[in-house]
Amino acid sequence: MSAAPRDFPAAAREALADSQLRRNLRNATTTIRDKRARAVAEAPDWEELREAGRAIKADTLARLDEYLLQFEAAVEAAGGRVHWARDAAEANALVVEVARNHGADEVVKMKSLTTDETRLNDALAAAGIRAVETDFAELILQLDGDWSSHILVPAIHLNRSEIRDLFRRTIVDGPLSDEPAELAEAARLYLRERFLRARVGVSGANFGVAESGTICVVESEGNGRMCTTLPEVLVTVLGIEKLVPTLEDLEVFLQLLPRSATGERMNPYTSLWTGVTDGDGPRELHVVLLDNGRTNVLRDEVGRQALHCIRCSACLNVCPVYSRTGGHAYGSVYPGPIGAILTPQLLGIEHAASLPFASSLCGACYEVCPVKIDIPTVLLHLRAKAVEAKPSAAEAAAMRGLGWVFRDPRRLALAQRLARLAQAPFVRGGTISWAPGPLARWTRARELQPVARESFREWWGRRRT
Amino acid sequence: MSRARDDVLARVRGALPGGRSGVPVPREYRRADERPRAALVDLLEERLVDYRAEVRRVGRQHIGEAVVAICRDRSARRIGVPPGLPGEWRPEEIDIVEDRDLATAELDRLDGVVTGCTAAIAETGTLILAGAPADGRRALTLVPDLHVCVVGEAQVLGSVPEGIAVVASAVRADRRPVTLVSGPSATSDIELLRVEGVHGPRQLVVVIAS
Amino acid sequence: MRIGLFATCIADTLFPETGKAVVSLLERLGHEVEFPPAQTCCGQMHLNSGYRREAAALAERFVRIFDGFDAVVSPSSSCVGTVRELYPHLLGGSASVVEGVYELSELLVGRLGLEDVGAYFPHRVTYHPTCHSLRVTRVGDAPLRLLRAVRGLELVELPEADECCGFGGTFSIKNADTSIAMLGDKCRAVVASGAEICTAVDASCLMQIGGGLARGRTGVRTMHLAEILVSEERA
Repeated sequence: MSAAPRDFPAAAREALADSQLRRNLRNATTTIRDKRARAVAEAPDWEELREAGRAIKADTLARLDEYLLQFEAAVEAAGGRVHWARDAAEANALVVEVARNHGADEVVKMKSLTTDETRLNDALAAAGIRAVETDFAELILQLDGDWSSHILVPAIHLNRSEIRDLFRRTIVDGPLSDEPAELAEAARLYLRERFLRARVGVSGANFGVAESGTICVVESEGNGRMCTTLPEVLVTVLGIEKLVPTLEDLEVFLQLLPRSATGERMNPYTSLWTGVTDGDGPRELHVVLLDNGRTNVLRDEVGRQALHCIRCSACLNVCPVYSRTGGHAYGSVYPGPIGAILTPQLLGIEHAASLPFASSLCGACYEVCPVKIDIPTVLLHLRAKAVEAKPSAAEAAAMRGLGWVFRDPRRLALAQRLARLAQAPFVRGGTISWAPGPLARWTRARELQPVARESFREWWGRRRT
Repeated sequence: MSRARDDVLARVRGALPGGRSGVPVPREYRRADERPRAALVDLLEERLVDYRAEVRRVGRQHIGEAVVAICRDRSARRIGVPPGLPGEWRPEEIDIVEDRDLATAELDRLDGVVTGCTAAIAETGTLILAGAPADGRRALTLVPDLHVCVVGEAQVLGSVPEGIAVVASAVRADRRPVTLVSGPSATSDIELLRVEGVHGPRQLVVVIAS
Repeated sequence: MRIGLFATCIADTLFPETGKAVVSLLERLGHEVEFPPAQTCCGQMHLNSGYRREAAALAERFVRIFDGFDAVVSPSSSCVGTVRELYPHLLGGSASVVEGVYELSELLVGRLGLEDVGAYFPHRVTYHPTCHSLRVTRVGDAPLRLLRAVRGLELVELPEADECCGFGGTFSIKNADTSIAMLGDKCRAVVASGAEICTAVDASCLMQIGGGLARGRTGVRTMHLAEILVSEERA
């Protein structure tokens, strides 16, 4: 499903050349961005909500062990079973076991980044169990054998005629137009059949309330409700960072999330369930608490704020890099600005060393993050770690050399004079149109400013005398 | 499995500094909407309509008539109701099916459902279904294609925090499952065009009763 | 006031006119300007590239060299941002010097309370708000107020102004393709504005934008805010 992170610059280069992708991304990100801005402007206490959201998440992480135990006890008191998974393999094995115990050869799934992260579908398939993705976009990706390029709008890289063609190849016999309403109807019919007969449902969760063991899921289409209400058995997988302390805390997040994610005052359906309830919904509930690298992130004092993320994708939509390269270039389930800080921490910096550099540090992400994750600061922090973990001898030498020059103004003055000499063959008409070495990457598309005939410090020195 | 539990907890503890305390949470956001009830009811209607629900406002005594009219307009004949739905909301003209543990396939054969709700949030156009007798169980308001929801004006709250307080009560009281409904189902996955109605009820009609 | 000038390594080496403009402007406004020649670089590039030790060494130098002025001014929001926001983390504490460091427009409008600095510049100009000035130093509309007070200057709006130009320091080299894609959009917006000149408070962004405008033979050039503000009527 998701590839391992490649070298971002190389992946980006490919993506940037895809004109269809560029167009789709531009449309999508500008549309969502504008909607979000309007929805946020409507809330006069937005900054107060952000601050509360940040603090609640910080508190959750500061006492995570207590809250995890509280959550576990509450879920079990309400008739659910809690399982713990150290890594993806354990989480997947737990889900497979539940499905097997109920003789299910098919499960219905709602979109869950967490299960994408663990590659649950592959594990189920290996066990002979079909996982039917029921989110419209996830269904598309599954039918297409593709993977997500956006946290919230995963099939953003496809347009309607591509979707039509895909459906005709897979789930629809006969004519089908590319009208969105018809495409939605096709998906609805295909999936409804499966919902009504499914015995096991699999979900993720947006929030888990420690106080009561309540699980909260936010969605638009209704497929989440289908997966979590109709089957006899429900397995919910959630990362340990998804907890919030109390039910009241939801009043903050249920305002921050819809406005930040889809630019709505409220999404169509929010479901909250606490254990099992006689006569209403599944008879059996299994909750899988997943680590899979989160405790690594937790260990890092600066980096741990990445775990505050509520998966709204607002940062993706304002990112000048993501909105041009799309998600595949990041090679991870979590792309964009949040991905650039979360993925390296979950996997280990040495496995995703190029991601913290996939940013111009413009800061737009921090501005829109509903829980105030200081992404630029974490990026800088991770860059320092990347340089230590995966040093480049050439770059380190250049940096040391430059540092040495900068530690003495006389060396700087000398370097300026040497540069003036060295550049002479390349300066024409007061500009450099081609330069060798790493500077060639600049001059590929930009004129390069030459070193001035007289530097400022030389001018100042002259002026003084 | 308990080995995993021990390991994860140990890792969590190991990652956190010793002698730690919680982080204080400043709650300076709006907690309650002070506007008068009448304004809130108007706002609820406006917000529901904005998110593509149909709204009808009637006097309390006309709820039954409204239900008849809605069903007729939408050619809905077999209507499911929660056992706790008030009698006055079950007009004779309609084929009423009480939801006494109906099988999913039977729910699928209903043309629609009529329920009440526990409360509504005006600011976001949200209905709170929290397992009150007239709310129905979750599958009832999920499977059939038409959901008619009756909201009494006295049930209308202003802000999200006020609504969540109601949710919290329901959960703390007896762990009832809760569904917040803010419009008919929708997807924006096709070129970001909002398309109504993928899975949940594609038609939501809210009857606001004074 | 006795003002220390932090010229920045980029202006010192590539855009000395910017440094000279700051000096002339502040002297014209009646202040004493001093360029401590021991200065070199604030360390932003090292910091942004992950070389914290090198950056810290440069930060320590900076703090020593610029101690003792009434204010320190720099024609670069990104450098000022680095000094004010990042030095405290880098040096493990806050040196008081750091608080008195201003980008030029902040100094003029915020500290000196000026908008009209007696400038004359009869050209059509558009203003690009750099990411650092927008989100780190948060200069707000100070540069625009200064530009509006320049006699003869026609200020035109830049479409999608808040979009990053794509420089990002070594990002422009390491992620050249993405940087170029961002630059393309920025240059198109500058040209669409109808301006002859694009200005900003950061020489680094102007280097990126100027480099793109020149390569595209657009006939539009870039100019630092300081150089516009120092322009006067020729008798």
